[in-house]
Amino acid sequence: MRAFVPNYELTTPSSLADALALLNGEPGVWKPFAGGTDLMVLLEAGRLPHRHYVNIWGLPELRGIEATDTHVTLGALTTYTDVQSHSILQSEFPMLCQAASETGGLAIQNRGTLGGNIVNASPAADSPPALLAYDAEIELISTAGSRWLPYRGFHTGYKQMLIAPHELLARIRMPRNTRNATHYYRKIGTRKAQAISKVCLAALAKLDHDQIGDVKIALGSVAPVVVRCVQTEVALRGQEPDSATIKSACAMLAKEISPIDDIRSTADYRLQVAKNLLTDFLLTLRS
Amino acid sequence: MIVSFTINDESRTIDVLPMARLLDVLREQCHLTGTKEGCGEGECGACTVILDGQIVNSCLVPVAQVNGSSITTIEGVAQQDQLHAVQQAFIDHGGAQCGICTPGMVLAAVDLLNRNPQPSESEIRNGLAGNLCRCTGYMKIFESVVRAYQK
Repeated sequence: MRAFVPNYELTTPSSLADALALLNGEPGVWKPFAGGTDLMVLLEAGRLPHRHYVNIWGLPELRGIEATDTHVTLGALTTYTDVQSHSILQSEFPMLCQAASETGGLAIQNRGTLGGNIVNASPAADSPPALLAYDAEIELISTAGSRWLPYRGFHTGYKQMLIAPHELLARIRMPRNTRNATHYYRKIGTRKAQAISKVCLAALAKLDHDQIGDVKIALGSVAPVVVRCVQTEVALRGQEPDSATIKSACAMLAKEISPIDDIRSTADYRLQVAKNLLTDFLLTLRS
Repeated sequence: MIVSFTINDESRTIDVLPMARLLDVLREQCHLTGTKEGCGEGECGACTVILDGQIVNSCLVPVAQVNGSSITTIEGVAQQDQLHAVQQAFIDHGGAQCGICTPGMVLAAVDLLNRNPQPSESEIRNGLAGNLCRCTGYMKIFESVVRAYQK
């Protein structure tokens, strides 16, 4: 049943400081509200339990993409459309651009944000596998200051994460060390646009004399959180991407993920497709 | 709360509930019923409007977020009695069947051609990917968009 709109509050602070003061003044009472592409769906379905929101959409401090020699830093309100049109992201972080282009349709991409994609904490979200593979870090701010932490490990369980009620996700940054790497991002859904993934794999690797050097593998929709498959990465490092390597890597991957049956797919299908995607990625390294 | 915005080049100031959907405010308070509700969850694109130069699903935008914005709905696409080339093409080439998806489709196509006056086939498909047609008249819609920019 539809939500009763008068029950909901959406207050627009005049500054970032005001927003943080509100979050800090009554911890847990106020939650941030960005592009609305997840929260408004719940509202309309009558499944939005929280009632008080801070409208952060208009805060300029949370926007913009900045590059230094070592990092690219994105404001939490960076939309999927912003991501796709940025030249450095296109050349050095193509998996993030591809994830953005495969999230919803254009109207969603104009409104959905990277920060929202992270704190909505869906294991089926499209940008988190790319962010994990790129070793992203995130900045949480509050009236007490700012702290950076690795994105990896931020999600501790289904919809659980290391953010306090008075904190706001402000920025995301990625190290610029992806040159000469092979980037592989593939989302499997029921159709090309507007689909939620059944399985999603983001991987990148650098080759050193035909052997796999640095390698990062992240998957979505195969566990309670988006996962980095560290054991599989270890198994691949120093190996040539031959048939034996592919076979042992797939066996390791199967131990690291825990796909389930749900409305979109089955555990068996997800496991098989995850192995297929890993195989396809490793075959790409050969060519 | 009181919000002010420009809608189809006309300034409006109205009293709203901040979490009210832009879609409902357009239809019920502004009496602009050309914007349709399909799924109400951002899947179908029937409620597409152009907000500050970008298409959005108006069912997913709380009205508090459009204060100070500029909005174009389907009612604002034609200039006086002159239909937009996209609207004329939809009429001429059978782009509309039952009509529920049409306002959203037209706005998505207008936005696409604003950004990219000579889109490729895949750019048209991408531009319209967020708009569903239950009559499944996709090829006629696609053809209408092609004819609109060829004019």
